[in-house]
Amino acid sequence: MDQTPAGTDFPHQSVTFPEGLALDCGRVLPSVTVAYRTYGTLNAEKTNAILICHALTGDQYVAEPNPETGKPGWWEIMVGPGKPVDTEKYFVLCANVLGGCMGTTGPRSPHGERPGALWGTAFPVITINDMVRVQKRLVEHFGIGKLFAVIGGSMGGMQVLAWAAQYPQMVFAAVPIAAAANHSAQNIAFHEIGRQAIFADPDFRNGNYWAEGVRPERGLAVARMTAHITYVSEEALTRKFGRKLQNDEGFPALGEQFAVESYLQYQGSSFVQRFDANAYLAITRAMDLFDMAAEHGGTLASAFRGTKTRFLLVSFSSDWLFPTAQSRAIARALNHVAANVSFVEVTSDKGHDAFLLDEPDFHTTLHGFLAGCAEHAGLA
Amino acid sequence: MNVVQSRKIRVDLELIADFVQPGARVLDVGCAEGQLIEHLTKTKNCDARGIEIDMEEVQRAIAHGLPVMQGDADTELVTYPDAAFDYVILSRTLQAVEQPREVLRQMLRISTHAIVSFPNFGHWSLRLQLLTRGRMPMTAGWNRMWYETPNIHPCTIKDFFALCDMDGYVVEDWLAADEQGSRTPWRRSPGLANLFGEQGLFLLRKA
Repeated sequence: MDQTPAGTDFPHQSVTFPEGLALDCGRVLPSVTVAYRTYGTLNAEKTNAILICHALTGDQYVAEPNPETGKPGWWEIMVGPGKPVDTEKYFVLCANVLGGCMGTTGPRSPHGERPGALWGTAFPVITINDMVRVQKRLVEHFGIGKLFAVIGGSMGGMQVLAWAAQYPQMVFAAVPIAAAANHSAQNIAFHEIGRQAIFADPDFRNGNYWAEGVRPERGLAVARMTAHITYVSEEALTRKFGRKLQNDEGFPALGEQFAVESYLQYQGSSFVQRFDANAYLAITRAMDLFDMAAEHGGTLASAFRGTKTRFLLVSFSSDWLFPTAQSRAIARALNHVAANVSFVEVTSDKGHDAFLLDEPDFHTTLHGFLAGCAEHAGLA
Repeated sequence: MNVVQSRKIRVDLELIADFVQPGARVLDVGCAEGQLIEHLTKTKNCDARGIEIDMEEVQRAIAHGLPVMQGDADTELVTYPDAAFDYVILSRTLQAVEQPREVLRQMLRISTHAIVSFPNFGHWSLRLQLLTRGRMPMTAGWNRMWYETPNIHPCTIKDFFALCDMDGYVVEDWLAADEQGSRTPWRRSPGLANLFGEQGLFLLRKA
């Protein structure tokens, strides 16, 4: 069943589930391909599996170079032999999300109802829950009945919450990092700027840009630049760039640059090399639609009633995109149902992106939490 | 694997642990880095968790494999459901919270029992200092100046009995201890305990 998915150029490792997937929006995807990577060894009892959920623009290449970009895995600092998520001890699984552009079914996959065409903007509206349903199939494909842990930051954290709410019996420990139980109006607003930038690019061609041999690179780059500002703190930007000029001579006219402008432009242009605009549209929308309380009668706590899962919530002090208050709200909802919850705010000036970066306190905390859980799970 | 190593436990925490039945659901409010939680988990097979206000202590506790959440006793206890625990513990923290009476009320709402320890402001040495010097007393236990002490609600063992009486809490057990946490012999006389005990330790339940 493992095969190369159609619609992408690179042969990502993947598995296809031909039986179709009913989506939250009411439509059914006729078949779903999931691209994934694994690290470490699944033990005989299949009890040592950790699922890592990636963020908006992440991928399945957690702990090894991404073969398309050649860049290091996005969480190599956290996942690997001897790392906080130790692949000598745990079997780590990570899948590209539904709607993504790294091999999992998404807007760039063959259209489900029109042979020969690609989905493009006709790709059904997907949700975080839909992403998790796809991951569940992959987990079951490995014969894993219960995940030792589900870990993810940002949108990955949303998936962790959705896992814990939808399949509590399959999650021993859940670690939503720099996450929120819903996407705030401000978050949606920033996403909308990004989407409008893509729509405004003449090369977008109503989402049919592949057919016409172009890509909305400028629009997608602006979307990334805007988003990138939300991932870092004012402090970090000031520390890195301040008001430095790129060329330190006289008055910068337009076109000449502050260092921070050049940095953002670099972020934008490198992003368009690895990410697809339609996937960006589909996934940002899925994040915007996320609202766990609304899904559970308006009360977040109801999502977790009776849960036996052990939770660790981590926020970062300078994260203004998913601020500490949102993690604390989740912790309190978990208190409401007397769940086993640990919660800490890590002091950092690196903003939302801190979860991806070298934050020793965070790494020690996660490592210790997993070790404690392993003891309780009998994974000595 | 032995990440969660046993550590020597403070004497006063042992006295508290003696009040806890094996296998109980426990919340330790102001748990610091989680010594008591660990002790109760390991030696009494309890489902023990903690709340701690100091972020660094919380981090150390979690990194040690213990379930602890950062939060403030004055504001977090309301988020738990009724009778979620068998014991809620407030060790040497009552005098530092904003609203001791409300915190106690919340403790006995979310738990069948409350275990409370506090430094006794009625100890003779404090009384003597106030009487002779006319200044706020300073001792090993009360060692911060009045303008910077976190202990904003000092009380005596007698005061605490009075509060329990007023709010209808049953004192199931109590004792007085010295600063190190060794049990003192004043156990059956509140008056003597109030004079000679450096800490009071109470096991309460709702009437």
